[in-house]
Amino acid sequence: MWDAVGAWLASRRMQTLLRTPLRERHVAAGARLVPFAGWEMPVQYEGVIPEHKAVRSDCGVFDVSHMGELHVEGPKAQELLQGLLSNDLERLADGGAQYTLLTNERGGIVDDLIVYRLEAGHFLIVCNASNRDPVYAWLKEREIRGSEVRDASDEYALLAVQGPRALERLGLPEAKPFTHAMGSVGGVEAMIARTGYTGEEGCELMCPAEDAVELWDAVVQAGAVPCGLGARDTLRLEVCYPLHGNDITPDTDAISAGLGWTCALDDKDFTGVEDLRRIKEAGPERRLVAFTMEEKAVPRTGMAIAGGGEVTSGTHSPMLDRGIGMGYVAAASAALGTELKIDVRGKDRRATVAPKPIYKREE
Amino acid sequence: MAAEESYPGELKYHPEHDWARIEGDEATLGVTWFAQDALGELVHFEPPEAGATVAKDSTYGEVESVKAVSDVVAPLSGEILEVNQKVVDAPETVNEDPYGEGWLLRIRLSDSAEVDSLLDQAAYEQLLQDP
Repeated sequence: MWDAVGAWLASRRMQTLLRTPLRERHVAAGARLVPFAGWEMPVQYEGVIPEHKAVRSDCGVFDVSHMGELHVEGPKAQELLQGLLSNDLERLADGGAQYTLLTNERGGIVDDLIVYRLEAGHFLIVCNASNRDPVYAWLKEREIRGSEVRDASDEYALLAVQGPRALERLGLPEAKPFTHAMGSVGGVEAMIARTGYTGEEGCELMCPAEDAVELWDAVVQAGAVPCGLGARDTLRLEVCYPLHGNDITPDTDAISAGLGWTCALDDKDFTGVEDLRRIKEAGPERRLVAFTMEEKAVPRTGMAIAGGGEVTSGTHSPMLDRGIGMGYVAAASAALGTELKIDVRGKDRRATVAPKPIYKREE
Repeated sequence: MAAEESYPGELKYHPEHDWARIEGDEATLGVTWFAQDALGELVHFEPPEAGATVAKDSTYGEVESVKAVSDVVAPLSGEILEVNQKVVDAPETVNEDPYGEGWLLRIRLSDSAEVDSLLDQAAYEQLLQDP
């Protein structure tokens, strides 16, 4: 009986989706809301394709407040993170940001994240929504004296404003990619970072949760098109940014995933570094490749690639108007131009290994 | 541009969100406004092979959007007379005009009595209200 009650309570909890401070704005704008990583998030407003094209040609805004924000502070904060993250924090100055991986003992990827250095001894980590709890637990359990990890995710809203006209529309000065500074947008104080997940110029704005609506309204007023997670996925896949849980997981390593550039294998030790050095030395058995379809078909996550491979992300590219994807294949099949056969619901469809990024703006 | 929601009175409907326009012993088939709206912008229509037959309540093809793929179910049985090449070439035609230019197949009915089992406009709209 009590088991049944427990199961019922658990199922009730499962159904309780978290909401960002902008939910009412999304509903008012006609968004289609879907469950994503425990959150109720807009998947699209007008449609994935127009939103995607708005970001490629002008400017779009995404509510990504579901992402996790962790503060790591203290005189030993850098020492803690140097031992846990793959990239080298020595290269990071105040106002800098770095794409990096949290790795496990086998060199697998617990999460990919961006670490922002606010000042010496104070870092902000932005991690995937679905990994917020495991990342926090991983860091917290490994805290050393003189370092403190704090989950501040509920205190902040995060907006990604992306596109070639994003900075201009917000009245922000040009800045180098992977830098950040405090600033003001529409009268709202925010941390303004030159980072994103679309391959376009633009910024991510982090503000206190209570200021989120005012900031969102100011950004939309400036001409940014509201965009949902659907367009976020097609945009990132066109430029081959991996999605954790699909393209990279705790069972895949950075070298096979083509993320060796985020791993300071020669400069420092971190969790799983020996395995990663060994994989790099021997060469990975399989590699994460990008591909474009040669036939009319849309590849999807989980489809088999002939020869023992698997699609990890797939979609229809709005810019190329054809199916694109990423997947793991045997290293021998990873060379550019190699023909792949993808099992699309029982039919073999031809694809070709393509350079990353798959989409690049014509200069 | 996406079409406005509508369910024309002269069509017959299948609960899997397909419509049929009956003309003598032939029928034109497509998907309803509700189906195209649920899928979003279509990017691919996988039609049946030429000369094939379709069977009532069975899948005859696939329509696919950026986000999802869906089987298309035949509301009626028959022999395929024509596949709408315009939709094969420009699948978004279904979003723009689901009951007109966005038709999918024309068939010759093998059992016109099957028509009686389909829903009329009122019954289909009721099904959408109260699934």
